[in-house]
Amino acid sequence: MNTLAAPLKTWPTRQPVLFLILSAVAWLALYNTLIPASEALVAMLPVDRSSHLGGALQFFFYDTPKVLMLLTAVVFVMGMVNSYFTPERTRALLAGRSEGAANVMAASLGIVTPFCSCSAVPLFIGFVQAGVPLGVTFSFLISAPMVNEVALTLLFGMFGWKVALLYLGLGLTVAIVAGWLIGRLKMENHLEDWVRDMPKMSADFEDAGMTLGDRIEGGFHAVKEIVGKVWPYILGGIALGGLIHGYVPEDFMASFMGKEAWWSVPLAVVMGVPMYTNAAGVIPIVQALLAKGAALGTVLAFMMSVIALSLPEMIILRKVLKLRLIATFVGVVASGILLVGFVFNAVL
Amino acid sequence: MDIKVLGTGCANCKSTIALIDQVAKAKGVEVTLTKVEELRDIMGYGVMSTPGVVINGKVVHAGGVPSRDKVEQWLAAA
Repeated sequence: MNTLAAPLKTWPTRQPVLFLILSAVAWLALYNTLIPASEALVAMLPVDRSSHLGGALQFFFYDTPKVLMLLTAVVFVMGMVNSYFTPERTRALLAGRSEGAANVMAASLGIVTPFCSCSAVPLFIGFVQAGVPLGVTFSFLISAPMVNEVALTLLFGMFGWKVALLYLGLGLTVAIVAGWLIGRLKMENHLEDWVRDMPKMSADFEDAGMTLGDRIEGGFHAVKEIVGKVWPYILGGIALGGLIHGYVPEDFMASFMGKEAWWSVPLAVVMGVPMYTNAAGVIPIVQALLAKGAALGTVLAFMMSVIALSLPEMIILRKVLKLRLIATFVGVVASGILLVGFVFNAVL
Repeated sequence: MDIKVLGTGCANCKSTIALIDQVAKAKGVEVTLTKVEELRDIMGYGVMSTPGVVINGKVVHAGGVPSRDKVEQWLAAA
């Protein structure tokens, strides 16, 4: 078996360190040529560089590869990092801990633990079964889809590090505080009976013992899986941002999503609930809203609501939680997001 | 060979089933492929991240679509 498999291995997995250094150098070199390359490209086209169209084209030719390169690099690195944080290991780290510090840990682990959104419910039961407190489990469940590397990279690439950092800080805060509050409410008896009656399990896990080469393979896999799926959204977002620039009045959204309209934040949250998409899918909308004068707090609230609160997820959660616990979960998270929106609009 | 795919019916679970089916047909290995969609049963296998794959009663994989190499190894081992 092994003799057969060996020649199939690609060289990056055979010489992982060399591969990592070489690709980092190549990436940096390429990244630094993006501005001159985009200028040269526009200069070759029969468009006046100083015209509106010329500016928009340069923006598109620069921003698209920039965001895609950033995303590829981050997803690759996170694909490697993720292999250290399987859900099983995260559960073992959290099991038996008391609340408070564990909420902070759970929310932070939510960033680096990989899981597809359809795993949320099995994960939930698995955590509770192993003795992770209910509130801590919720901290993890709120943070994992909402605060993730794709959302953060896209925010960084398109709106700068301040917006990305704010989103990270506020997303973690919502997850920590909401989880802690749910823990305080002592709602364990609002789990469905069959979940409570399941035999307790130990949180032990076996470490698969991965090599650096295996982790690099994990990185490749993540890039194929994630970047392969989200690039059309990113292209759409950037194109939309460039295109509508001249055709829709700059303050078109400001009248009903600007700072002055206080009700815009709750409206944004309510609008976000029935919409179900991942972080990448919501970015084009965010781009369009911001470009047209919507307030940042309102837009971030909208984005968090779309990702963290979704109707389909609640329907699946209903299989394990009683109605009151779901209502509490939605209420607490929605209030947190509202607060984020209002604070943002007031401060900035 | 008895293969079960654990998952609540998401896209990844469907592609896992399709992949196993495809490899099995290509290799001419006879398999009975079943979907386990009931949460209670999935949890019974101790799997937290779906899709999971169970071969002859043993969990061999969890948390994502397995790679083609992996599927080929499982089918070759039988």
